[in-house]
Amino acid sequence: MGFIDAFVKGISLGSVYAIIALGYTMVYGIAKMLNFAHGDVIMVGAYISYTVMYNLKMPVWMSIVAAVIFCTVLGITIEKIAYKPLRKASSSLAVLITAIGVSYLLQNIALLVFGSNPKMYTSVVQTPPVKLAGGELIITGKTIVTVAVCIVIMIALTLFINKTKPGQAMLAVSEDKGAAQLMGISVNGTIALTFAIGSGLAAVAGVLYLSSYTTLDPYVGSMPGIKAFVAAVLGGIGSIPGAFVGGLLLGLIEILGKTYISTVLSDAIVFGVLIIVLLVKPTGIFGKNIQEKV
Amino acid sequence: MSMLEVNDLHVSYGMIQAIKGISFRVEQGEVIALIGANGAGKTTILHTLTGLVPAQSGSIVLEGVDITKKPGHKIVTMGMAHVPEGRRVFAQMTVYQNLMMGAYTRKDKDEIRETLQRVYEHFPRLEERQNQIAGTLSGGEQQMLAMGRALMSQPRIILMDEPSMGLSPIFVNEIFQIIEQVSKNGTTVLLVEQNAKKALSIADRAYVLETGNIVKEGIASELLHDDSIRKAYLGE
Repeated sequence: MGFIDAFVKGISLGSVYAIIALGYTMVYGIAKMLNFAHGDVIMVGAYISYTVMYNLKMPVWMSIVAAVIFCTVLGITIEKIAYKPLRKASSSLAVLITAIGVSYLLQNIALLVFGSNPKMYTSVVQTPPVKLAGGELIITGKTIVTVAVCIVIMIALTLFINKTKPGQAMLAVSEDKGAAQLMGISVNGTIALTFAIGSGLAAVAGVLYLSSYTTLDPYVGSMPGIKAFVAAVLGGIGSIPGAFVGGLLLGLIEILGKTYISTVLSDAIVFGVLIIVLLVKPTGIFGKNIQEKV
Repeated sequence: MSMLEVNDLHVSYGMIQAIKGISFRVEQGEVIALIGANGAGKTTILHTLTGLVPAQSGSIVLEGVDITKKPGHKIVTMGMAHVPEGRRVFAQMTVYQNLMMGAYTRKDKDEIRETLQRVYEHFPRLEERQNQIAGTLSGGEQQMLAMGRALMSQPRIILMDEPSMGLSPIFVNEIFQIIEQVSKNGTTVLLVEQNAKKALSIADRAYVLETGNIVKEGIASELLHDDSIRKAYLGE
C-alpha cells in the first residue's frame, strides 16, 4: 500500500472519528460530562439502519433517516433519564459511572434484541470509485462520501453555532449556565438539544463506519467511540474545530501506523497519542485558555 | 401595586439557613440599596429573586404576579434582569454577541436594534469594542458589558450585584453615574453594594442586612447620617 493510498484511507477513517468526536466534545463543552455511552449510540444507529434496510426492505436513504431519528430520540431519552437527575450531584464521578452503565445497558439490549451473531453490513454507498493519476490511485466511493459528509457536517454545525440563536445559547450555556439562565435561556432545553445533535451525528457515523468495517455486533461502537474520545482530547475537548482536526489526525495516525509500523500495535499507538497529549498539552490542540481579566 | 414585593423569604443551602425570613418591597421608579457585610445574604437574595437559587418558603411578587416557583429562565421575560456579582460576561464571545444574548428572549429585530443603540449611548466604549472578545476587556468594561447585556432585555426592574467590586475609583464613579441614568430613564433599580456610602448616596431607600435578617430600613439619606450605620458600614 502506497503512502497516498494509506493517507486517503486515514482521512476517511479520521472523518468518521471526527463526526463521533463532535458528539463527545459538544456534550462535554455544554454538560461538562464525558458521555461514555456515545460510542454505543453508533452501534444502535447501525443496527437500526441494518434492520430498516434488510428486514423491512426499505431504501438506503430511509434507513439512514430512521437511524438518525431513532438515535436523536435515544440521546434525549438517555440524558433525561440517566444524566439529568445527577446534574446537581456533588461528585462528577456519579454521572461518569452512570455513562459507563448506560454503555453496558445499550450493548446488552442490543445483544438481547439482535443476538450475538455478527451481521454483515454492506456499504450504503454506491458511488463509483474515482481513478486518479492514470489508475494509480483509486479513491473509493465510500471514502468520497464519508469525507464529504464530514465536511458538510462541520460547516453546518459551525454555521448553526455562530449564526443561530439556539447555537449561541449553546455557547452561552457552555461558558456559564447561571448567566445563560439569567438571559432567559433554558439550560435543560439546551443540554437536551446538544444530546440530540450529538446522537444524531453518532447515527450518521455508525452508518459510515459500518460501510467500511462491515461486521456489525453489539460491541462494534465501543472501539471507535473510545478512539473518537482520544481524538476529541487531542483536538482539545470542548472545541468543535478541535474535534474535526483531532479526528482526522487520529485516523491518519492509526492507518499510517498500521501501514508503516505495525498492524498489531496500531491501537497502542493511538492510545499512546492520548498519553502524550495528556502529558505535553492537556488542553489539546485547540484547548481553550483565554485568561479572564479581573 | 409594588414593582417587587418579597414576603417572609427563607433560603437555605443544605443545612445552612442563609436567609431567615426577610420581607421588603421596591416601588416603581425607586433605587433601593441592600447593604450589609460579607456573608449577610445580599447575593443570595438576588439569586433567589431570579431563580438561580430556589426559595425555601415565602413569596416573591413581581408587579402583582407571584414568581416564587417560576423556572429561572422565564423571569427575564417578566421584566426583571440581573447583573450578577463578578459580572459573568460570556468571556469567549464578542461584546456584540454578549449584548445579543441579553436580548435572547426578544423577537422583534428592529426593536432589538433600537435598544442596542440606546445601550451604546449609555456605554460608548462598548460600541467601540463591539467586535472584541469579552474576556479581553478590562474589569470596568466587563461591568459595563454586564449592565448593557441586562438592559438589552428592556427590564422594568434591574438587580445589580456589587457593580463597583474590584474597580478603580474612576470606573466606580462612572458605574454609579450610569446607575443613576438608568434609573432616570424609568428603570427600577435594586442595588446590592459593599460600598455602602456610594450606594446610599444614590438610593432612595435602603435595607440593612445582617446574617440573613433585615436589621434596619429607611430613607437612604437618613441612613447615611445614622451613627450606627456610619460605624458599622461607612468606616467612620
